[in-house]
Amino acid sequence: MNMLVCVKQVPDTTEIKIDPVTNTLIRQGVPSIVNPYDGYALETAARIKDENPGSKIVVLSMGPKQAQDALRECLAVGADKAYLLTDNLFAGSDTLATSYILSRAIAKVQELEGAFDIIFCGKQAIDGDTAQVGPQIAEYLDLPQITYGIEVVLAGDSVRVKRDSDAGYTITAAKMPCVVTMTQTFYEPRYPSIKSKMAAKKAVIQQLTSADLDVDPARCGLKGSPTHVKKTFVPVRNKNTQIINEGSAEASTHKLVELLHNATLF
Amino acid sequence: MEAKTKDLWVFVETNDEGKARNVGLELLNPGRELAKQQGGKLVAVVIGNNTAQAVQAAVAAGADQVLSVEGEEYAVYSTDAYTYALCTLAEKYAPTTILLGATPNGRDLGPRFSARMQSGLTADCTALEIDAETGCVAWIRPAFGGNLMARILCPENRPQVGTVRPGVFKKPEPDPSRSAEIVVEPLSFAKEKIRTQIVEVIRAAGEQVNLEGADIIISGGRGVGGPEGFAPLKELAELVGGSVGASRAAVDAGWIPHAHQVGQTGKTVAPKLYVACGISGAIQHLAGMSGSDCVVAINKDPEAPIFEVADFGIVGDLKEVVPMMIDEVKKLRA
Repeated sequence: MNMLVCVKQVPDTTEIKIDPVTNTLIRQGVPSIVNPYDGYALETAARIKDENPGSKIVVLSMGPKQAQDALRECLAVGADKAYLLTDNLFAGSDTLATSYILSRAIAKVQELEGAFDIIFCGKQAIDGDTAQVGPQIAEYLDLPQITYGIEVVLAGDSVRVKRDSDAGYTITAAKMPCVVTMTQTFYEPRYPSIKSKMAAKKAVIQQLTSADLDVDPARCGLKGSPTHVKKTFVPVRNKNTQIINEGSAEASTHKLVELLHNATLF
Repeated sequence: MEAKTKDLWVFVETNDEGKARNVGLELLNPGRELAKQQGGKLVAVVIGNNTAQAVQAAVAAGADQVLSVEGEEYAVYSTDAYTYALCTLAEKYAPTTILLGATPNGRDLGPRFSARMQSGLTADCTALEIDAETGCVAWIRPAFGGNLMARILCPENRPQVGTVRPGVFKKPEPDPSRSAEIVVEPLSFAKEKIRTQIVEVIRAAGEQVNLEGADIIISGGRGVGGPEGFAPLKELAELVGGSVGASRAAVDAGWIPHAHQVGQTGKTVAPKLYVACGISGAIQHLAGMSGSDCVVAINKDPEAPIFEVADFGIVGDLKEVVPMMIDEVKKLRA
């Protein structure tokens, strides 16, 4: 199996704090990590590789130079080759421009690595939380897509994907090649070994820029993005909280239930 | 594409039985207001098989017009058939705005549609307005795990499209006496062109969790202490006709299934009453419940951020307070 996993380097959003004075994100000291959903996608590919010797996993990331750290982490846990797509022309891309650029990059990588059977993405990245890039890549490449995957099984020339739906799960099948986006799996991604970490540190990361791709600059970056972030703001929390303290837990609870009862909530 | 009309469309997702799912009806609520400000019609788009009930529900919930696409090939959701149908309709009528529910299927269809139509799409919105300066829809959504809210515009490309979280807006009161123009669009899509097949449906084990539609949610977090700690919360919820919610911490610990999770990576809820028991109030959790009408926080830690969004708080041990609440409610009922 020849598999591609698209990964994004993201700030660990659970570590993000808001500066109470300026009301902006404090990015300093916030670790950059491989988007966790991309980690599940990579682990899923690695499990397929475990069961199908001779398989190859290529990882591709679009981002600044530092994103190669994320790619090295992937190389330490199962990826065989890594491509970093970096160019100022791509800065400020929304999901439509990003997926356009990535689809062109995938076309280029396929020339070098052979056609992919499965293109994996994380369901969404935890910084933007859009869940749009995977399906948009599938549209640009004219491939079937299965989103919200939690388990992938190969069946001949098809994949069978256990897909999360609101009412339970479905098993959805598609012929390869196809795009599969992964949500949190039942299994955790594997840890790197000291040896694999060392090897990943020394590995060559292939660099791609707009000059390597057949892209229309007008469809890249801010210019190629139909959506614009007009502003960001910190959610306002201006509740007048009434702390109920009637001296004892019993008395306070009695008061609370009375208040809720009077408000016809209980 | 340029918009030919000022109409606003709501994609009313149907279930396997052809009935409207709640989120589509919920979106008719803000849709009505936005359509009025944009000066166009409010149009419900219903795609499925045997969808008469969904069409009727959309009319009763306020649609001025329904575009109906029916056929066996649409009986269950598929990316290929639904993208084809929605794109074909959008090319024909060229609406200015489309709203979809941010359900797994809505978030599968929306991006595929937007890439084919080259339209701007904003995901997982929690508030919608008309931007006074441009007349565009201002799509408001959490980012960075709920730490920030972003206000996003799509100035040029049409239609401007957004997915909106279930549970953010209330369903309009149905008015069965309403009538609306129903336009049946005969769009067929060859079944063999559908490249994905659902080969098995696995229903969620255990009871169904209805958080988005609940009026009262009794929710537990790390302070609950273990799976057995949810028993009193469940008892209280049953007593007052509510549902049981949970924070990510409790779900990640394996104390309660993910279907109960409220927050950025769980459900968004806006009940009349949200009782947060032993939930510290991480920003990711607040992103999913701060739209509740009344919030009660019970927590041992007086500094817990949950108190900042609470209307009423008790600083105390939920293991004491919740059983007392049960007793108090029983006394009221006696």
